[in-house]
Amino acid sequence: MLKDITIDQYFPGKSIVHRLDARFKIIITMIFIVMIFAADTIWSLMTGIAFMLLSYALTALKPSLMVKSLKPVVPVLVITAVLNMFFFEGEEIFRFAFISITDEGVKNAVFMLLRVVSLIVGSSVLTYTTSPVELTGAMEKLLSPLKIFKFPVHELAMMMTISLRFIPTLIEETEKIISAQKARGADFENGSLKERAAAIVPVLVPLFISAFRRAEELALAMECRCYRGGEGRTRMKQLKTGPADIASLVVSFFFLAAVFFIDRKMK
Amino acid sequence: MSAENIISSKNLCFSYEQGKEILKEINIDIKRGEFTALLGHNGSGKSTFARLTNAILVPTKGSMNVFGMDTSDEGKLYDIRQNVGMVFQNPDNQIVAAVVEEDVAFGLENTGVPPAEIRERVDEALKAVGMYEYRDHSPGMLSGGQKQRIAIAGIIAMRPECIVLDEPTAMLDPAGRKDVMRTIRMLGERYGITVVLITHYMDEAVRADRVIVIDEGKPILDGTPKQVFSHVDILKKTGLDVPQVTELVHKLNRYGFDLDPQILTEEECAAALAFVLKEGKS
Repeated sequence: MLKDITIDQYFPGKSIVHRLDARFKIIITMIFIVMIFAADTIWSLMTGIAFMLLSYALTALKPSLMVKSLKPVVPVLVITAVLNMFFFEGEEIFRFAFISITDEGVKNAVFMLLRVVSLIVGSSVLTYTTSPVELTGAMEKLLSPLKIFKFPVHELAMMMTISLRFIPTLIEETEKIISAQKARGADFENGSLKERAAAIVPVLVPLFISAFRRAEELALAMECRCYRGGEGRTRMKQLKTGPADIASLVVSFFFLAAVFFIDRKMK
Repeated sequence: MSAENIISSKNLCFSYEQGKEILKEINIDIKRGEFTALLGHNGSGKSTFARLTNAILVPTKGSMNVFGMDTSDEGKLYDIRQNVGMVFQNPDNQIVAAVVEEDVAFGLENTGVPPAEIRERVDEALKAVGMYEYRDHSPGMLSGGQKQRIAIAGIIAMRPECIVLDEPTAMLDPAGRKDVMRTIRMLGERYGITVVLITHYMDEAVRADRVIVIDEGKPILDGTPKQVFSHVDILKKTGLDVPQVTELVHKLNRYGFDLDPQILTEEECAAALAFVLKEGKS
């Protein structure tokens, strides 16, 4: 079950999106997020979604991966949609006892659903096509102005690289520990919420102990490979800005402008 | 420097806590190009010795010299580590990056090698360990043996003079062990790298040029595999196994046969036994 999580998973490829400068991909993703949250009408939101689908098509990844990225968040999606449905004033279209559903509520629910779905799919375009090291490298570059304020930019990027690297390892380990505890008679499925929460403790304790041991060994291995912080460090993969990067940035600004324009026209 | 000692410890002592010495007065010299196996049971101090060779630990008494540099000299720290690469037991806990080639590049990035040269050396190192096709894979998808070869590639890429491997096969399955051992032997044969292999597998030590047995912080045997493994009684006393062939010969000799106690390989043993059988008939 834990293995289904695809967040931050990288699928190597040679598509145009894969080859874009990671810094531009991050900026474009942010533009896209602005797009879908600024969109007020269904048409402008559709413009944002069209932009997302276009980028996804350009990645040449299987469409099924899109669905896969959504799977773990289905409960969140359902709850957001349902809550939005009930808590908006407007014309009542359905009533059952004290529950009333308004047209505004439905509209908001649909909007929220579309926004969250496109947010997840849109950001997975970034993480699917960019290797974690490139991604953190790009973040390091984008945040580097903060170094003036003594902000530990390199350390932060290194921490992110390592945590991304260890997510699958620790997930695998958690599953092993769960199986081991089950084999000893631990019960994770039954009992009250409190009992089930208590059953997690024998999973977390060994997991933490092992994570600390791993951290220590990793630190040792890094030291042996001459790691000494960000100073004087080079990178194998240089971030290079080409015409394709500029063009894609221009296209995203064009879509952003279109979203604002449509909103003004439709109101 | 010619065929001299590249690692040289003089009266080296080490203790984590006062009064509890892990290593006692060790004098070990390792020659350039030599493939040395360091044997010992758990807690004998063999891993501690490994960590002293690249200044992860520094001697509490005595000295450790690597390529003429004293490991206690902090200014030489990175020169030493660049020349003495280290591979650890757990393949998972020494891979830093989430993509194979980026992990191999890690050490080179740390030492500030120009990007184009990193690319070249990473590709070369990955080809050397036979993992080039996996360069854009995630390490999580690989087997233990493959991960360990990636870790070795990460060290080869730094072009060290010497590689110290701390039980690199202890967590691997037999197929992975075989691959990793083949890779380790290639280090010396193809690149002339000095290899120090810490292990408790006898069949791995048999392949070395020199075997040093450490027990309770002191080297007790030192010589070619043939010399060392002929001391079956001493090895058994320290809780170590001997290669199966050696044990067979040892037992037969106890029953009055006169076989060469330095026999190490199955072929040698078979030949010797065939000879004895023929003699017995005539």
